[in-house]
Amino acid sequence: MNDISVLTGGRAGDGINSAGLLVAHLFNHMGYQTYMYFDYPSLIKGGHNFTITRAADQKIGAHRDRCDYLLALSQDSIDLHRELIHDSTVVLFDSGRVQGDGQGIPVEEILNAEKAPSVMGNSCIIGAFAKAAGIPFKVVETVIWRQIPKDPEKNLIIARRGYDAVGEKRVIPRAGDTCCPLLTGNEVIGLGLLHGGLDAYVAYPMTPTSNLLHFLAGTARDFPITVVHPENEIAVMLMALGFSYAGKKTAVGTSGGGFCLMTEGFSFSGASEVPVVVVMGQRTGPSTGLPTYTGQADLQFILHAGQGEFPRLVVAPGDPEQAYVWSSIALSLAWKCQVPAVILVDKTLCEGTYSLDEKAIVVPDTGEPEPAVDSGPYRRYEITGNGISPNRHPPSRDAVIKVNSYAHDEAGITTERADMVVIMTEKRQNKARALKGETDLLECVKTYGNKDASTAILCWGSTLLVCREVAESRGIRVIQPVVLSPFPEASLKVALSGIMDLISVEENADGQLRTLCSQHGIAVNHHIAKLDGRPFSVEELEARLKEAI
Amino acid sequence: MPSQNLITGAQNTWCPGCGNFTIQFALRNAIQGLVTDGIPLENIVLVTGIGCHAKMGDYLDINSFYSIHGRTIPVATGIKLANPDLTVICCAGDGDAYAEGLDHLIFAAKRNTDITVIIHNNRVYGLTTGQYTPTSPLGFRGKSTPEGTPEEPFNPLSLMLASGAGFVARSTSRKMPHLAGIIGQALRHKGFSFIDVLQICATYFNMTELYDRQGYELSGHDTADFQAACRKVEEWDYNRNSPIAFGVFYKQEKTCFEERFRRHQPSPGGREEQIRAFLERKR
Ligand SMILES: Cc1ncc(C[n+]2csc(CCOP(=O)(O)OP(=O)(O)O)c2C)c(N)n1
Ligand code: SF4
Ligand SMILES: [Mg+2]
Repeated sequence: MNDISVLTGGRAGDGINSAGLLVAHLFNHMGYQTYMYFDYPSLIKGGHNFTITRAADQKIGAHRDRCDYLLALSQDSIDLHRELIHDSTVVLFDSGRVQGDGQGIPVEEILNAEKAPSVMGNSCIIGAFAKAAGIPFKVVETVIWRQIPKDPEKNLIIARRGYDAVGEKRVIPRAGDTCCPLLTGNEVIGLGLLHGGLDAYVAYPMTPTSNLLHFLAGTARDFPITVVHPENEIAVMLMALGFSYAGKKTAVGTSGGGFCLMTEGFSFSGASEVPVVVVMGQRTGPSTGLPTYTGQADLQFILHAGQGEFPRLVVAPGDPEQAYVWSSIALSLAWKCQVPAVILVDKTLCEGTYSLDEKAIVVPDTGEPEPAVDSGPYRRYEITGNGISPNRHPPSRDAVIKVNSYAHDEAGITTERADMVVIMTEKRQNKARALKGETDLLECVKTYGNKDASTAILCWGSTLLVCREVAESRGIRVIQPVVLSPFPEASLKVALSGIMDLISVEENADGQLRTLCSQHGIAVNHHIAKLDGRPFSVEELEARLKEAI
Repeated sequence: MPSQNLITGAQNTWCPGCGNFTIQFALRNAIQGLVTDGIPLENIVLVTGIGCHAKMGDYLDINSFYSIHGRTIPVATGIKLANPDLTVICCAGDGDAYAEGLDHLIFAAKRNTDITVIIHNNRVYGLTTGQYTPTSPLGFRGKSTPEGTPEEPFNPLSLMLASGAGFVARSTSRKMPHLAGIIGQALRHKGFSFIDVLQICATYFNMTELYDRQGYELSGHDTADFQAACRKVEEWDYNRNSPIAFGVFYKQEKTCFEERFRRHQPSPGGREEQIRAFLERKR
């Protein structure tokens, strides 16, 4: 089995993310499945950035605690990662900046000789890596032509100089003929939303979803969508509700801090039945926390955010294919049931780069909202069998469309009538049942690994792929609820049949999914927590699991 | 089907003598004027905040978005961006727009979003039973400031001029025809229109005597002259008893926020084709 890890390190501003991505593309064109983790502190220049690009024959979404090639553009890249280096690690470094054992490449000299700008240093290192790994230069050519839009010719010259500067060290074989699109989770979420019919996206920058804002702002050239970056997250949420009232399918994006500011509007969405989708990318909290690191500590917050009681859809995709499918579903169901929806993700998924398996992307048809039927004067909150009222948008002839944050009557006029308050609460409960009916038609709980095992890992969100990898090697089961609200209790209980030992793996201290399960009568025996903002490596989870069982 | 007089059957709960009644009928008349001009009634949307003023959303029989406290403007901005053919009006309180949601007001002026913002400036929090607001005079004794406010008010008109507003006016609930006229002009102004309406709060801050005594209607003022507008709005600082001018202080047409959003032709081919093309580039 092929399983190769490449660590690329440098200072912030060196373009380490792009360099790691080029490595991923080389593997991709050699027929590998890839995954790239990007680790960076919250600063713009200096500091230590690194990527771990991993390639394997099968689908992956986690890094390992070793590296087979180390591409060092800074001294820290070697000094800070000594524990990952083993006897057969091939170390390539920029000899102008780094001292170490391995193969130095005089990057600056080469750039000067070719009169190339310093940004092209990455191409030099990538060329050297390709040679050391025995990757044919033809592949380097393909990747540079496809992935470096700015002056590919010059980049190729530089890459060739790097290629010629070193010898073959540790040759990696071609793994197959597949060549997947390589996308970040943010991009996949954006595409899923666009697939679902997104008309508008409103956001204030915040890691880890800023890149979703950037991506959608860029795609606004090709897609008929409006992208707005307003003054703060309060405005974001309310502006989105304005778009939605006027008939536009709208999403917002943020992280925990921004979502705190959105909660009043979130509750308003629940009360007024003006739908909205929130892409909520978790990072390490509480408060500003570790802005550029990951975490899963906002589940209970999202489940309870906003005053009062109202139905909400919360989905937590675990891999890019799920992210595409469930982003689209979240948008469709939010509009069909007129509820707020949250796509709960994290830094690992948002900013990780994955090989996308297009064949695994099958978006189920969730059906269209029922068309508004004319039955006397239009009433925005008309009581119907399933609690969902016809949703019309201005301008609509002969209809006065009133939405309201106060308790209201069917026409949308404020009321304090005791009976009406109860009727409208029951209407929302009815809608909650309608929403549950919709999600029950979908595969809300995914099961992987050994179906006969009596031990299972319970996980949610981006830890799915590391859990799957470890579970498969240990012959145990993985159970992942993708929908967290309305909670798929029955399907989860079916998925748990035969399980004696249930271990939750969550990047939080309290075991928030475990708590949720216990509220539904599902006991979790162990909780494996991860608190440092870094995603689990395969080895780390293996070791933690061994301790637990 | 909206009622002929555009008034809903909702029970009106404003206090007797409240200036909101005047604003209600002035706004209703101005809307009827727009409809007479040919703007379909269904193209008009009213966004209200939370406060006594906001009940306008219940009382006028037109499309309405009864928002949360301080948040009329972002909602109105979203509606206008979503469909620039709509005429979007905000009825906001002084607590609403000058305290809780001040950021949005400044940004709407800065962006020149084509909406009309009417501030029911009773210089008090009415619905929460009488606390000081950003435009209450220094020393105002409200329930949260029994010894008098320790803050001077700010001048919302100066603030709006500094923020780039293209239509800045003041009127009062003491002058119904004047108010209806100003609202009519604001609704027809292309771009962000701001009207500070000195509204009588009969219960918590009745300034009838002051506004009748000190108020006068602007005349001979050049609404195109920004410097003149800046000087004129400083005549009264919302604190002392100097003359209080009513009318349009400044009016200038410029490009609106919505127009700056490129309503370009999206690339040919449907969404799915664009998604496939994007995936192709990522290989
Ligand atoms: C977030 C929030 N904070 C506080 C309140 C309570 N509240 C309701 S109305 C109001 C003030 C109203 O004052 P103003 O906007 O001037 O309106 P008026 O009643 O004077 O017309 C406040 C503080 C609220 N509804 N929401
Ligand atoms: S409290 Fe003041 S503003 Fe509110 S209804 Fe009464 S008079 Fe009008
Ligand atoms: Mg007030």
